Amino acid sequence: MVEELGKTTEGDLVINVGPQHPATHGVLHLVITLNGETIKNVEPHLGYIHRSIEKMSESLTYRQFIYVTSRMDYLSAHINNHACALCVEKGLQVEVPERAQVIRVIMDELTRIASHELWWGAMAMDLGALTPFFYAFRERETINEIMEETCGARLTMNYMVPGGVLQDLHPDFQRKVKEFIQLYKRKIHEYDELVTGNIIFQNRMKGVGYLSPEDAISYGCSGPVTRGSGVSSDIRKRYPYEIYDKLEFDEILETGCDSFARYLVRIREMEQSVRIIEQLIDNIPEGDFQAKTKAVLKLPKGEFYQRVETARGELGVYIVSEGGTTPYRIKYRSPGFSNLSVLNKIATGSKLGDLVAMMGTLDLVIPDIDR
Amino acid sequence: MFLKDYIKEVYGAVKSLVVGMRRTGYYFTHHKEIITEQYPDNRDTLKLADRFKGEVVMPHNENNEHRCTGCTACELACPNGTIKVITRFDITPEGKKKKAIDKLVYHLELCTMCNLCVTACPSDAIKMAQTFEHSVYDRNKLTKILNNPGSKIMEGVE
Amino acid sequence: MWSLSQIAGSIHEWLSTTFNPTIALVLEMVIAGVAIIGLFAVLGLVLVIMERKVAAWIQIRLGPNRVGPKGLLQSAADTVKLLVKEGMTPDGADKFLFNLAPFIAMIVAMLLMAPIAFAKDFQLWDLNIGILYVSSVSSIMVISILMAGWSSNNKYSLMGAMRSGAQIVSYELSAGLAILTIVVLTGSLQVSEIVQSQANGWWLFKGHIPAIIAFVIFMIAVTAETNRAPFDLAEAESELTAGFHTEYSGMKFALFFLSEYVNVFIVCAIGATLFLGGWMPFHIGNWDAFNHVMDYIPSSVWFFGKTFFLIFLIMWFRWTFPRLRIDQLLNLEWKYLLPISMVNLLLMTALAILGWHF
Repeated sequence: MVEELGKTTEGDLVINVGPQHPATHGVLHLVITLNGETIKNVEPHLGYIHRSIEKMSESLTYRQFIYVTSRMDYLSAHINNHACALCVEKGLQVEVPERAQVIRVIMDELTRIASHELWWGAMAMDLGALTPFFYAFRERETINEIMEETCGARLTMNYMVPGGVLQDLHPDFQRKVKEFIQLYKRKIHEYDELVTGNIIFQNRMKGVGYLSPEDAISYGCSGPVTRGSGVSSDIRKRYPYEIYDKLEFDEILETGCDSFARYLVRIREMEQSVRIIEQLIDNIPEGDFQAKTKAVLKLPKGEFYQRVETARGELGVYIVSEGGTTPYRIKYRSPGFSNLSVLNKIATGSKLGDLVAMMGTLDLVIPDIDR
Repeated sequence: MFLKDYIKEVYGAVKSLVVGMRRTGYYFTHHKEIITEQYPDNRDTLKLADRFKGEVVMPHNENNEHRCTGCTACELACPNGTIKVITRFDITPEGKKKKAIDKLVYHLELCTMCNLCVTACPSDAIKMAQTFEHSVYDRNKLTKILNNPGSKIMEGVE
Repeated sequence: MWSLSQIAGSIHEWLSTTFNPTIALVLEMVIAGVAIIGLFAVLGLVLVIMERKVAAWIQIRLGPNRVGPKGLLQSAADTVKLLVKEGMTPDGADKFLFNLAPFIAMIVAMLLMAPIAFAKDFQLWDLNIGILYVSSVSSIMVISILMAGWSSNNKYSLMGAMRSGAQIVSYELSAGLAILTIVVLTGSLQVSEIVQSQANGWWLFKGHIPAIIAFVIFMIAVTAETNRAPFDLAEAESELTAGFHTEYSGMKFALFFLSEYVNVFIVCAIGATLFLGGWMPFHIGNWDAFNHVMDYIPSSVWFFGKTFFLIFLIMWFRWTFPRLRIDQLLNLEWKYLLPISMVNLLLMTALAILGWHF
């Protein structure tokens, strides 16, 4: 705080946005130096929701530590669990049954849609339109109900286990997912009517928050943030895991480099996720939903790394094993942290109102940043 | 030419706003689209999914018998130390010592409903209940003893 | 037929026969003051519940439905809560200005009530510059907001106040020009004359396209002037938490809240008076039967119906659109609304001189 004040010149205004602030959607603390309404510097202060998940995981067994990762990026809890399960499977050299792989991918894509729906509503709320939030939650609720029925929980599912999934699909699953796809296709045009096509919204988004492709790479951004700058970074395409290499879907690239491009990437990604689900939902193979694994898992000595594409970008799980039942060291490479780091770069020189919009397009989930 | 662009711009802007207002106006007039669930009122009709993970319970049959052998598999599987199995040794009619549970202590306040204990249990002694109204005024009430007082193990469960 | 003006007339008659003229005048003033305060309270209650219901239905929710029948007493319950809540004054605040600001907001709103014609021959003060009075007094509103923002000694409040200062000052221009287009047509600033001039049709229909343009501009400008979304930059909750009233609580906050709603009512009442004929019933040309039926609806119902329609329009805006940025807000005013309304005024003047209106 003190050194930031030292950097300011006369007439500058230093305001603390957060840790309790309606725009930060969590306990993010931004120290903003303002000149009038224009931002001169943004400094994020982290650590308000640090729960030392990495250290906690070191004392948990390979079956147990997966559930903690649901609490990192809680909006794509499923995909976090998936990453950990994949990493453990890599170490165990377990072949996951095909049915389990398909179930996992469908769940991942449903999670991605749910996450993007919430982001859409929350971002419109940041811009002052409160109504889209409720429309987004209407669709998201159907996904949550599907999750509740099959996984038993709505947000922190803990459905992925090493070797497959915890339980088989609910008998109603396919019907419900098809119903959701119907609902989604019926309602998606409202998103364009209310927000995407709105002149006020477009003016708020176009040309603000410019992130050049070079910066996106050098800051280590991932996910829709880089794809909005035209940098191909979809892990599902570039380092395919599970059955993604057999599926037909497009990597969404927008070359606008601004907030609106990042917005469009997410909106169009939802369509691609629906496309993936449509390919799989009628073709879930019969078989086991879980591979046979030992009761006590022991990873061989060595280092294992697995990355997946969460709704926010690249999540890497790095496990160092000494051969015991618990990991020696776990490191998560979370997308939110790197995406937050560009905030100062893209926000400098713009107006205070746009900072909120930019944070919306970065799609920050604070527990993912702090862990 | 400039004027034409200007008018076109204004027209497009106004049109986009009117489209948005038509959408909200539609929902304003169509009350059947309302999705609010009036929660405490609909308690009777509210049905949770049968897999919903609300809390861990131990089912007992009509003779006050459960299936828990006291093997502590659930205690080992739990990531948070939510379950504590306190065992005792019963003397069977044949005069042998047999391990049985005295208390199976369950800390609801620590539980994250991860379902690992239920899958770990070899004798299906515990399961997830679909309750969800867990709030109490005293934290001690969240520490539960799952086996009923005076209960004993079911015949034939090893 | 029963009407508000008859009641007012009989009260006046009774007072002037019972007391001497001075006391009668004083008593009438007291009655008028009490009536205005009562109207304030009722308006606050009605508009808050209306806003919450409109918002809820637009957002596919039910809205307040627990207190009273269908939740209609919700705002009364809220008022009781605000009344008993502690009114905090921050330590670093300029205490005098901090406590004064909400009352200025309230007094301005009360002053604005004076020239509004609520029904036929029912008006507090029919001064001959009524419309000018309204537009000049409403600009005092900005002082209370600036005062609140400055005296709170809070950066968020200060920024909110500065934003709203820039906003209100600029939007008053186009609101004024939109008002002028009707003044040009009527040739009078007196509210009663403006209403009377619409006896054979409302200016919105009589004044051709310029009147419609003026009406649209007027609605946009007054939405901005009353700091309502999409122009609620002064209290943009996602940027400035609550803007100029961040530090206010309890009854002082309630006064700001109330004055916002009363201001919305007043600007809509002015809009209804200028463009929709005030308390004038809806008449179509020489359809005598139809016009006669319309005359049976009391004039106060006409006035409040029109006003609440405009209020609903402003609420509809609020729950549909995202917020503008401060520079876009000023761009909209200076690059679009002001030039358009100037040209529009010119057109309207030509129209009035040539006598092309109905």
